[in-house]
Amino acid sequence: MTVLSRIAPQLIVLAALIALVSVFYPGFLSIDIQNGRPVGPVIDILKRSAPVALLAVGMTLVIATRGIDLSVGTIMAICGAAAAWALTQGLGAGAAIALALTAGLAAGLWNGVLVAVVGIQPFVATLILMTMGRGVAQLITEGRILTFTDPGFGWVGSGVALGLPVPVWIWLATAIAVAVIMRRTALGLLVEAVGINRRAAHLAGVNATVLLIAVYIASGFCAALAGIVVTADIRGADANNAGLWLELDAILAVVIGGNSLLGGRFSVAASVLGALIIQTISAGILLAGFASEYNLIIKAGLVLIILVLQSPRIASEWRLWRDSHRAERGRT
Amino acid sequence: MLLSIRSLTKVFPGTRALDDVDLDIAAGEVHALLGENGAGKSTLIKCLTGAYLRDGGTITLEGAPIDPRSTLQAQELGIGTVYQEVNLLPNLTVAQNLMFGREPRRFGLIDMRGMRSQARATLAQYGLSIDVDRDLGSYSVAIQQIVAIARAVEISGKVLILDEPTASLDAAEVAMVFDVVRGLRDRGMAIVFVSHFLDQVFDLADRVTILRNGRRVASQPIVGLSRMALVEQMLGRALEEVVASPAPEAEQAPAMLHFDGIGRAGVVAPFDLTVAAGEVVGLAGLLGSGRTETAEMLFGIRPAQTGTARDADGPLDLRHPRAAIAAGFGFAPEDRKTDGIVADLSIRENIILGLQARRGWARPIPRAEQNRLADDYIRQLDIRTSGREKPIGELSGGNQQKAVLARWLAMNPRFLILDEPTRGIDVGAHAEILRLIRTLTDKGLSLLLISSELDELVAVADRVIVLRDRAHVAQLTGAAVGADAIMHAIAGTGDAA
Ligand SMILES: Nc1ncnc2c1ncn2[C@@H]1O[C@H](COP(=O)(O)OP(=O)(O)OP(=O)(O)O)[C@@H](O)[C@H]1O
Ligand SMILES: [Mg+2]
Repeated sequence: MTVLSRIAPQLIVLAALIALVSVFYPGFLSIDIQNGRPVGPVIDILKRSAPVALLAVGMTLVIATRGIDLSVGTIMAICGAAAAWALTQGLGAGAAIALALTAGLAAGLWNGVLVAVVGIQPFVATLILMTMGRGVAQLITEGRILTFTDPGFGWVGSGVALGLPVPVWIWLATAIAVAVIMRRTALGLLVEAVGINRRAAHLAGVNATVLLIAVYIASGFCAALAGIVVTADIRGADANNAGLWLELDAILAVVIGGNSLLGGRFSVAASVLGALIIQTISAGILLAGFASEYNLIIKAGLVLIILVLQSPRIASEWRLWRDSHRAERGRT
Repeated sequence: MLLSIRSLTKVFPGTRALDDVDLDIAAGEVHALLGENGAGKSTLIKCLTGAYLRDGGTITLEGAPIDPRSTLQAQELGIGTVYQEVNLLPNLTVAQNLMFGREPRRFGLIDMRGMRSQARATLAQYGLSIDVDRDLGSYSVAIQQIVAIARAVEISGKVLILDEPTASLDAAEVAMVFDVVRGLRDRGMAIVFVSHFLDQVFDLADRVTILRNGRRVASQPIVGLSRMALVEQMLGRALEEVVASPAPEAEQAPAMLHFDGIGRAGVVAPFDLTVAAGEVVGLAGLLGSGRTETAEMLFGIRPAQTGTARDADGPLDLRHPRAAIAAGFGFAPEDRKTDGIVADLSIRENIILGLQARRGWARPIPRAEQNRLADDYIRQLDIRTSGREKPIGELSGGNQQKAVLARWLAMNPRFLILDEPTRGIDVGAHAEILRLIRTLTDKGLSLLLISSELDELVAVADRVIVLRDRAHVAQLTGAAVGADAIMHAIAGTGDAA
């Protein structure tokens, strides 16, 4: 299967959504330049997609191994708090970013060891950090919202480079880098093999333990990037609310991307499109002028429709129908 | 006719698995369904039990057309199925398994006493008097298989389908299951029986239907049919049987691997073993005698606790499979479904998986090379598929087995452990694989071959080690390797040493 045919359903859904929103809000696709910055609903969606898109990249790999990472929202909070703390201590933007990324890698390592070495189920293992980690973040911020004024760090969240907001470049680069690493090396194949049949992969000589730890570390790293982007954008770290519930959006993005929660075959590109779809729905509902109370209901309804259309049952029935028609035609 | 199938057709993308197949099965007969790997036997059964939706044709049961859309529906109509892998729940008791979903109730609660006595009464009809409160998993596979049959008969009662039910049973257990099946036949049930063991087919079946490439070749009574005629109809050509090798000259070859006092408490008693380059060592013994455990120990799955392994260059590390692979070992496991195939990956990816794992993730095998390897083995092992990109899970059982074997051959090991390598493989492919094994051992590959089929051991092994009760009890070498001698050693009645 080529990449394009794999992500075709997500592209179609996204196009349909854009068309739908444009009916309600004709200016949806317009982009203006103000003070050298591009502005417009589409740019806004691309930028606001950054946290979920980043989380979805890591989550895709974890889910491919038949796991789940519930702690990513919390890791965002920890890393944001760590960066803000570093800045308030007078350290530079570079040091703050390095500290935040290190925290994300460490959190991923913790999850990975619990899952792959200790053998705790991923759901439970990452639930531990999900609940405990908020406390860690609150300890770092001492319960306050830590604000800072470092312009260099702020640029990561709200700056513009080459005509696009910096967060957009960050998620694009991360997604492309991960996808290329997975498919240009054998990592993608080995991750899929472990997700489908860990025992068979182990017997074939695949180092499943190291691979599992690696995907949780990757997920922690992506969460750290998301935490940095969010913290830089609002120029402050809020340990209570940063990344709250975003793990659920990330999982949803992966599922909308057509990746099975049972592990195996995965597509990073499709998951990122899933994140864009979620953000387009949210923005579209507001732009179309629905009262915000309807937001969650309409969003849930649309997501349900997308998932039903993608369900393997419907796909296989459609394939059956198509094949029998082809067989008919072949006979006549 | 109790069950009549007319013009049954099933199409998968790229494959016509069943093409216009007719089949009639009478009450009170055992009807064997034969054919090569990928001929369409399992597909036919799945269409009959509603696991697959057919693309054309009619099914008539007792004169009325039926259209089963799920296995549950087929059961209610009267068609029950028992598969090769026992599909019951080993952690539940025998009684719970037998009565699952139809437990007798009192005051809305499950009536435990009633359930037990019903279960005992049911099993008594099959000549089994076992403790129905023990977990099913604590009984032998044969007893589990009989419980599965009893359950299927209780629920369905008209047609019983057995898809390779004896693949993991030893001779005595097969006899036990067959007695049960004959009893059911005499009570007027129709029984469909799929097997690659022709001796069993001649033993049990009244009529045979042969499929080839999804088409019916013949339906006939089995009396008066010769084994050769049957095989020719299956393969569409005559078979050159592999005959026993003459006394091997490998004895002169120097030992390549030494295992000294290697063992694991409670699993395999310590033993010594040396293997020469190009030598085939057979492992014989009953199910549960420690054959698979020996293999798993040598490959580092449950590593040895005592003893050492070494080659000419020094000691070998066999603490886990990756270490064993690095030492040039390979292991094609017995249970292909849980230990062998990675179902959603393609045949190509399954074949190169081991090779790729050994090279490391950073050095992917170039795609052209992958394609060449896959195509090579698909041709050499005659894997029946519409292409190398087909998910391995969509291959027929025997063809999956061949692809797992290909994975290990592609890694070019010096010492390959094969645990029941030809289980579920048809007679034609069986001969091909034995021939391939000979070619490889002539080039210096050493083999440890575990097999329940004595003929297979006799045909290829230079030396046979016999296990009983998790210990190595006898060794037969050269001219002494014969089916009778092995059988005596297994039973502990011969004077083999
Ligand atoms: N789910 C599936 N999707 C696609 N093709 C399939 C599927 N199941 C079976 N096939 C194809 O249908 C053909 C018949 O397969 P089937 O499993 O019926 O063979 P079989 O006679 O049972 O062989 P064996 O002796 O190896 O078990 C094969 O070519 C197989 O690849
Ligand atoms: Mg089959």
